[in-house]
Amino acid sequence: MNQQAQVSDRQPGPAARPSGGPTKVFAPWTEADAKPLVEFVDVRKVFGDFTAVNGVSLKIYPREFFALLGPSGCGKTTLLRMLAGFETPTSGKILLDGQDISGIPANRRPINMMFQSYALFPHLSVAANIAFGLKRSALPRQEIAGRTEEMLQLVQMTQFAHRKPHQLSGGQRQRVALARALAKNPKLLLLDEPLGALDAKLREQTQFELMNIQEKLGTTFVIVTHDQEEAMTVSSRIGLMSHGSLAQVATPPQIYENPVSRFVADFIGDVNIIEGKSGGVIARDGEEFVEFHRPGDESVFVARASEPVAPQTDCCLAVRPEKIAVTREKPADAANALTGHVHDIAYVGNLSTYHVRLADGSIVKAQEANRRRIANREITWEDEVWLSWTPGAGVVLAR
Amino acid sequence: MNTRFTWFNATALAFGFSFLYLPILLLVIYSFNASKLVTVWAGFSTKWYGELLHNQAMLDAAWVTLRVAFLSATLSALLGTMAAYVLVRIGRFRGRSLFSGMIYSPLVMPDVIIGLSLLLLFIALGVPRGMMTVVLAHTTIGMCYAAVVVSSRLVSFDNSLEEAALDLGCSPLDAFFSVTLPIIAPSVVAGWLLAFTLSMDDLVIASFTTGPGATTLPIKIYSAIRLGVSPEINALSTILIAIVAVGVIAATLMQSRVTARGGDQG
Repeated sequence: MNQQAQVSDRQPGPAARPSGGPTKVFAPWTEADAKPLVEFVDVRKVFGDFTAVNGVSLKIYPREFFALLGPSGCGKTTLLRMLAGFETPTSGKILLDGQDISGIPANRRPINMMFQSYALFPHLSVAANIAFGLKRSALPRQEIAGRTEEMLQLVQMTQFAHRKPHQLSGGQRQRVALARALAKNPKLLLLDEPLGALDAKLREQTQFELMNIQEKLGTTFVIVTHDQEEAMTVSSRIGLMSHGSLAQVATPPQIYENPVSRFVADFIGDVNIIEGKSGGVIARDGEEFVEFHRPGDESVFVARASEPVAPQTDCCLAVRPEKIAVTREKPADAANALTGHVHDIAYVGNLSTYHVRLADGSIVKAQEANRRRIANREITWEDEVWLSWTPGAGVVLAR
Repeated sequence: MNTRFTWFNATALAFGFSFLYLPILLLVIYSFNASKLVTVWAGFSTKWYGELLHNQAMLDAAWVTLRVAFLSATLSALLGTMAAYVLVRIGRFRGRSLFSGMIYSPLVMPDVIIGLSLLLLFIALGVPRGMMTVVLAHTTIGMCYAAVVVSSRLVSFDNSLEEAALDLGCSPLDAFFSVTLPIIAPSVVAGWLLAFTLSMDDLVIASFTTGPGATTLPIKIYSAIRLGVSPEINALSTILIAIVAVGVIAATLMQSRVTARGGDQG
């Protein structure tokens, strides 16, 4: 079921379609009767005079792979530590399966955590690390041994069972930490920057491993990360945090295509922000769009709005660089068009990013895939070019 | 730091080390002197070691010293670990630096003052002076050393190890004994060894706080010296030096093993 969710996440357009179609999409957050596994109810956490978490309400559903994303100091780790039981909310409630867990200490919660530093016990072998939590449960010894073996196999560490943590590589330690956190079969697994210590290549590979393990076990995962690419890759939904509050909670395609604020648009991926004023609402091809005016520019721009925008409000138009086409001639039928001079070209092999300077001096970036060899490129520095994009490519943001 | 060999350096080194170790070396050599006269060399002999074994007063003092050192070192390691744990872990509170300063101040306090103040305290409380008062007095010094050694380890201790233990179902006490203590154990042992050697060779505090029937070895040697240096005392001192050296070397090795392993943790 989750497999489908991952596939559907990769399709363009919102993944959170209402269920009931021929292929049922994993999207419990769209179902009215779905019961959340975790629910934050207006949770606040204050350290001295610093508010780390400021009124977060959030529902996380069973089998989800939920990513808490945000810049450092945005409160995402505090939120995770409150779930684990290492911090208590200053106010608000945290419900697990509908029950308030505020009074339950960390060692009695059916929640396990994988720590950023892995926190493997250096004096214990790999197998003893994995069995550590099991030995503190009421399981008979035979079962502990069996479960440990099972976990070792799950993370492919059977042959290293008797090694000490300091004899392992970073990737191996990460796998042992995962196995140890999963050994007690928790209802919820928390992962605090689990891949932060790995190099880029290993990280990518491990992301897919994590996803496979999550699909296999069906455990609900909550991951904290500051790496937006990681969050986009692994998660079913992303909760983007800023200054202790949730800026947006949505699936990766939604959060990328329909950001609700400048912060979200700017944090996830690369974006052009064009300042201006909103106009009226118009309908085109059965969809609703909002008109947008740039100061000192008579042409009218058309874009989507993720939230209703009243006419004549100061707002901005957010357009992703890869959705803007660069041409030498003005396209005849373009809904949105701007002209300027090529200021810079950033060539990175597969892609070229054109930095185009408009008449008012501002820079708009447009990205093109280099389908042809660089020698055949017809646009070069200081050329006058036209930038154009479709009505659906841009989003008008009032916040 | 790749200084070449020069004669100046070698001479400076030789002077420095002979200043430190020549007296001790002389003592060790003369403990093997056959003559009864300390200053006249009359050939190699181990007879003073043999004679030492028949000196009941010396043996008694040695036994007292060992018991005092063992007890005070154990108490020191216990209290020092507790103090270090609280000071490192409890986080910031009003007067925290005052408390940590107060833990370390006996390290720089003159022994005479510590001895005298403890003597006054024991008299005021009406505690009969004997072996136990010496143990308590040595513990006040020893626990500072133990606290310093253990807290230096705890500072680099990854807090999330203990959180991981809690997360996996340990009670806080279980987490301390099954995770924290095994990891910091080498530094606790190092603290114990330091406290042990400190107690072994203390003269000043022990002579202030001891009572009848609890003469420690340093006190015994010091009073014997006043009647003239006998080769027996040289032999005894040599044994003491050996014990203290072994203790200090063991403590150092323990500490370096801890740092080596701590560094491995990535």
